[in-house]
Amino acid sequence: MRFGIVVNEGPYTHQASDTAYHFTKAVLAGGHEVFRVFFYHDGVNNGTRYTVPPQDDRNLQKLWSELAEQHGIDLVVCIAAAQRRGILDESEARRHGKSGDNIAPGFRISGLGQLIEAGIEADRLVVFGD
Amino acid sequence: MAEGSTKKFLYINRKAPHGSIYALESLEVVLIGAAFEQDVSLAFLDDGVFQLAAGQDTSGIGSKNFSKTYRALGDYEVRKLYVERESLAERGLSEGDLMPITYEDEDDDYAEKPSIHLVDRAEMARLIRDADVVLSF
Repeated sequence: MRFGIVVNEGPYTHQASDTAYHFTKAVLAGGHEVFRVFFYHDGVNNGTRYTVPPQDDRNLQKLWSELAEQHGIDLVVCIAAAQRRGILDESEARRHGKSGDNIAPGFRISGLGQLIEAGIEADRLVVFGD
Repeated sequence: MAEGSTKKFLYINRKAPHGSIYALESLEVVLIGAAFEQDVSLAFLDDGVFQLAAGQDTSGIGSKNFSKTYRALGDYEVRKLYVERESLAERGLSEGDLMPITYEDEDDDYAEKPSIHLVDRAEMARLIRDADVVLSF
């Protein structure tokens, strides 16, 4: 089965990102396909590489980035939600005259159409939120 | 994929319009999604019914008053807004407290028709069950 995953909350404050991560891993371990993971609302905060949690805790951004690298899954951060919250890639930073970008490896910034497309293309779209 | 080339998208709005960004960002998904020519319905339940309240004024809190956007949904072919009757009643609201939201029916000489439909909880459950894609905000 082909899954689309939506993450609507940032890391640590809510469990949504943790649960989505474990669900995504389970989907892959079960031999299913992950069409896309889409990060929306505060969920975009999972995609900043400037996250530095204490060493004895999990690093959710890193976990997502590693999952993307290992399985080639598509991690998409909503551009409108990202701009509100200061998540920028190199071209967005340049476009807005900002001094640096912070998008984490394996994540890319794109539009809400990617969320709708995930709904159309996936057999199941599973939303993780508060 | 559902039969044919369209799926039934249901956007569930459960939170008040102000105080958090969920309602505004949900509306942004609906507007972008309208370009994909899917079968779109919106559901309003719990505090989400406040999103359609008439006479919203955010000048005191300095946030954006996007409530007028709901009235433009008809222009985006978004014509099915389902409001849960029990959620209204639990908050002391009735249909008369909601903004009038209409669309022009091109198959009926562009007659203005109401987009808001009040449904009870059991009917809401059916709508959710019948949807292919449920996005909850």
